[in-house]
Amino acid sequence: MTKPLSAPLEVGFDYTRSLGPTLSRFMTALRQRRVTGVRGSDGRVHVPPAEYDPVTAEPLTEVVDVASTGVVRSWSWAAEPLEGQPLDRPFAWALVLLDGADTALLHAVDAGSPDRMRTGMRVRVRWADDRVGAITDIACFEPSDEPALEPLDDDGDPVTMITSPVRLHYRHTASAEESSFLRGLAEGRLLGQRCPACGKVYLPPRPACPTDGVPTAEEVELPDHGTVTTFCIVNVPFLGQRITPPYVAAYVLLDGADIAFLHLVLGCAADEVRMGMRVEAVWKPREEWGPTLQNIDHFRPTGEPDAPYDTYSQHL
Amino acid sequence: MSDVAVVGFAQTPSVRRTTGTTNGVEMLVPIFQEVLGGLGLSTPDIGFWCSGSSDYLAGRAFSFVSAVDAIGAFPPITESHVEMDAAWALYEAWVKIRTGEVDTALVYGFGKSSAGHLRRVLALQLDPYLVTPLWPDSVGLAGIQARLGIESGLWSERAMAEVVARSRSDARANPLAQLSGEVDVEDLLAQPYLADPLRAHDCAPITDGAATIVLASGDRARELCERPAWITGIDHRVDSPSLGGRDLTTSPSTVAAGKAAGADGVSVAELHAPFSHQEILLRQALGLGDEVGVNPSGGTLCGNPMFAAGLARIGEAARRVLDGEAERVLGHATSGPLLQQNLVCVMEGRD
Ligand SMILES: [Zn+2]
Repeated sequence: MTKPLSAPLEVGFDYTRSLGPTLSRFMTALRQRRVTGVRGSDGRVHVPPAEYDPVTAEPLTEVVDVASTGVVRSWSWAAEPLEGQPLDRPFAWALVLLDGADTALLHAVDAGSPDRMRTGMRVRVRWADDRVGAITDIACFEPSDEPALEPLDDDGDPVTMITSPVRLHYRHTASAEESSFLRGLAEGRLLGQRCPACGKVYLPPRPACPTDGVPTAEEVELPDHGTVTTFCIVNVPFLGQRITPPYVAAYVLLDGADIAFLHLVLGCAADEVRMGMRVEAVWKPREEWGPTLQNIDHFRPTGEPDAPYDTYSQHL
Repeated sequence: MSDVAVVGFAQTPSVRRTTGTTNGVEMLVPIFQEVLGGLGLSTPDIGFWCSGSSDYLAGRAFSFVSAVDAIGAFPPITESHVEMDAAWALYEAWVKIRTGEVDTALVYGFGKSSAGHLRRVLALQLDPYLVTPLWPDSVGLAGIQARLGIESGLWSERAMAEVVARSRSDARANPLAQLSGEVDVEDLLAQPYLADPLRAHDCAPITDGAATIVLASGDRARELCERPAWITGIDHRVDSPSLGGRDLTTSPSTVAAGKAAGADGVSVAELHAPFSHQEILLRQALGLGDEVGVNPSGGTLCGNPMFAAGLARIGEAARRVLDGEAERVLGHATSGPLLQQNLVCVMEGRD
């Protein structure tokens, strides 16, 4: 079997989260170049602050200022920083116990070389120039016996939300059966797969028959015409819409297939589309074809008599 | 309430990269056939299906729904999913059988780590306010934990290398292992650091794979197999998500789960330790002496299919009972950063 098709898949979104009172105070203080913690039921000072006591689960409310200087409790060396990390040159990940705190904060130390790192070394916060009220307002820590920059009061509103960008990179692989299907489309062919157990023909094909759990094996070429099983009329405009509403999105059951797929039905008024209507594919010009179902621009009515309900009732 | 036993186990080879899809169907179909075929069962005989996997690993929403294609879910099945290692799916299935609602369950986990960048994907399981925005990678975090133990005298880089050498050597008997062979501790220690104090061999490989276990209750288990691995204790506990707020040189949740599950007296333990120092930590937390054979399969350091590796530890341990090699065994699974959450499953044979 030829190699399955694969392509880069970029997943990106910004997570927006509300902070709640404890983290709101912590983040607002960071914007002012201050680090604050919270006192636990046992008197220990948690930095970063815990919302609830880790032992008693009581809500914690007593805010305690701690220093922007502290001691490295443990570290590891990041020789090749990854996307999104605090520094783009080699650095240390470290647990830093700030002066006045009883729990350690995870962050980066800009030490230049692992030879300059040791447990017990003194570090201070290097504050970011542009602070928004986020953990990244601490740009990193740096080896130093000196105090960090002084706090800088501002009269801004308390920070109540953070936005965290997530960017992940994948290589998405189509199944072997999908790959044949997609390669077939590039040649203007519609290639489904038949289940060896129940004989159903799937288009697009799937790695296993969802009814029988066995891999489909036999390739079946299908014609580019079939029947509308069900449909909806899209009346609502949305971002990225290619066609002006109203238009019809319909499930089309190709002749010989046992599963319908979603496509557009154009070429008649939206209110003329009906269940059982016979339709045929309208292909884009051949020079625009690729390994995609988008090679079919849309389906249009053939003008044949409607298919009897019994011919598609099992596919709704 | 009915006793519950592991009656069947199957897993795919652990490999660096498969050509299959991230919904796992290509990996699951053969191991379902293997485990069910071995027991003379077919899909309708299974009362409950439960899986563990992750959409972040797959890079797509609801990947576990597509995985159900591998079952052949008609007539409709009773099914559930956890976004955790499938060892926790096994816990759910164990509860389901204990309630008397069903007498068989099939548990499965799958992960295609090669689709994305595992070290970054795992940053998404951290505190989303205070930690994930810094994108700490799993190897960098493990290095911090390893150093804490080294500097406290709980283990050493040499002891870690010895774990790796023993694991790879044991894995020679495991045809499904991704890494195996005789390696010399001195040669390992001569390797450069990946994330000082961790070297590449201290970290589990990146693996695509899947695993499945069939559970059955009392009489049904005795019908299905000659020597079921009876679950005598199973428990899972969790530690604080605050990385700087807990003692990273031990694992209170493992200690507690081990006590509750009754870890004493086992002769074989399969520990889910994706980093070499974590095997030593877990051994200490569970109070396993030198007489206990740890990770005879080679363990996670020789193959780490995400969301299946913990389930596979239970399966590998159970297999020793099913084969008649051992009387009382332990399977351990972990979830979350730096052994945050831990499950212990103790099983025994009854002659
Ligand atoms: Zn079928």
